[in-house]
Amino acid sequence: MIEAVADRLLYFVVAVLLGIGLYMTVASPNLVKKVIGVNLMQTAVFLLFVTLAFVEGGSAPVVSQEAVAGRHASPLPHVIVLTAIVVGVAVTALALVLIIRLYVGFESLREDVIQEVRRND
Amino acid sequence: MIDSFAELAPAILVGLPILAAAFPLLLGRLWTRIGWWISLVTTLAMTGIAAVLAYSVHVNDAVHHHLGGFAPPIGIELVADALSVWFAFLIAATATVVLAYTYQGGPRGRAFSSVYLLLIGGLMGIALTGDLFNLFVFLEITGIAAYSLIAARQHRDAAYAALKYLIIGTVGATLYLIGVAYLFMATGSLNMVDVSASLAGGGSADIGVPLYDEMLVRAAFAFIFAGLATKVALFPVHSWQPDAYSEAPDAVTVILSALVSTVAAYALIRVTFTVFTPAFFEVTPAATTAIVTLGVVSALVGSILAVLQSRIKRMIAYSSVAQFGLVVAAIGVATGPIPAEFALAGAIIHLIGHAIMKGGIFAAAGAIAASTGARTVQEYAALARRRPGLAACVAVLGFALVGVPPSIGFIGKWYIALGAVESEMWLVAVVVFISTLLTLGYVARLLERMYFILPEDAPSAVVTDGGDGVSIGMLLVVVLAVALTVVLGFLGGPLFELVDPYIQEVLHG
Repeated sequence: MIEAVADRLLYFVVAVLLGIGLYMTVASPNLVKKVIGVNLMQTAVFLLFVTLAFVEGGSAPVVSQEAVAGRHASPLPHVIVLTAIVVGVAVTALALVLIIRLYVGFESLREDVIQEVRRND
Repeated sequence: MIDSFAELAPAILVGLPILAAAFPLLLGRLWTRIGWWISLVTTLAMTGIAAVLAYSVHVNDAVHHHLGGFAPPIGIELVADALSVWFAFLIAATATVVLAYTYQGGPRGRAFSSVYLLLIGGLMGIALTGDLFNLFVFLEITGIAAYSLIAARQHRDAAYAALKYLIIGTVGATLYLIGVAYLFMATGSLNMVDVSASLAGGGSADIGVPLYDEMLVRAAFAFIFAGLATKVALFPVHSWQPDAYSEAPDAVTVILSALVSTVAAYALIRVTFTVFTPAFFEVTPAATTAIVTLGVVSALVGSILAVLQSRIKRMIAYSSVAQFGLVVAAIGVATGPIPAEFALAGAIIHLIGHAIMKGGIFAAAGAIAASTGARTVQEYAALARRRPGLAACVAVLGFALVGVPPSIGFIGKWYIALGAVESEMWLVAVVVFISTLLTLGYVARLLERMYFILPEDAPSAVVTDGGDGVSIGMLLVVVLAVALTVVLGFLGGPLFELVDPYIQEVLHG
């Protein structure tokens, strides 16, 4: 049991991070914390990609003329993570812009307060 | 000549709007209306290119474009086949037509034009890409553009709807990405065709045995389906859609309702049939059950919620949840043990038909709001006296949505019901019938208000802010949608023939 966990420790870290992120997104009434939760979820997926790129005994995938032979970590997931990070930054930036507009409009960052104001409209 | 052009066309279709998106921002300071003209030229060019590409694919064969000259499975490829090319044409043509609505109806400004073009580029990318991770990137480009467009209305409620959509949409995209990671773990590839071959035991992974019964592959499908279902707005992850559709500017609602969920559902068809293939569902019948159940529940709950609404735009938005439920149920039927060509054809035709009908109804609702200020079912009272033309258009589109022939709505539902009967999934056939009755419920309520309330009985509280703000462009969009809805209703056979090559390919190898 313990061995099975130890072998897959990184996958468990990913799952726990993902769970915390999703829980924050759903449960926190604070809009900024919701966005942080989404970021945490995304980070968990990035870690999943980095983990699955790992090759035992592999070196960084920088291939020179002499060192074509030998084991290398898979470079493709790294590229994917870079792209996904850029996408995540764009989403976060837009979310924060919208939150600023909401704060100007409702004078609150809490979802329950905003919904209350909307109901009374 | 046409072949070498078709070879490049997919890359141009995706690249052109994204490149053109830079110009309204750059030149908008010099000429205020330049953004609209840049959008018009770009979308017109795209429509032409998409038409040529569609003709070439229909006459010759599918076109594969290897981006940067890197061959798949390592490189990313764009694929225009008998399915994707029709969606590419739908996107380009709809984008052009909706511009007519925005000329006077707004929103205007250089930022709007740029984001609009980005949205079109993202949608085009989803339609044409043949790579799973590339699909994620285009889903997010589409998403970011859609969130921004909703927030283009300078009202705090629009910002709230946009943020809600952003959070739910990003969680959905993240779930999709987890599914892609699992598929990558199982096969070591991201190219859709190669992943499909690897799952069958061949491909670049070349394992020798099919991987369909691996827990990893099943989990991958579950995550991908959950992610795309969020983007499609199936019940219970539909909650972003009514807010987004009703708070967005009217022109944005037209393009969102016509294209964004539609293209997400297209992605679902693509992943289900091209990547996982019916062989996967043969080994995992639970997946078929899950898809059909979620689709059926969505169709019923969406219809019931639509009946309960008092605001027009919210009512039509919930109706979308129901119609997409039918489409997803049809996708599920087509994965069943008895191959149902009609169900898959029904899903595709109903997707395209729904885009035309919903775009038309939202355009009509926007035009009515612009000319009379009416935004609730109450305020539509005696509309037939005040705006007979627009009321007639709403009536025709409403009947088409119910599925009264001759209309594209009838053709789609007919094929879905036929497919359900063909594969002996009686539940789906019954649900198509019940949801039709419920659709009649909310459409009839609207018609009764418009046609059978005398002006003296009508509440005098109808707002008339801004007077007659309806433009020729708005009416053009509505009339075009009505005409297409009716004319395509006579072309059920030819429509089936157009998508048949794709259906034969995925259902019978």
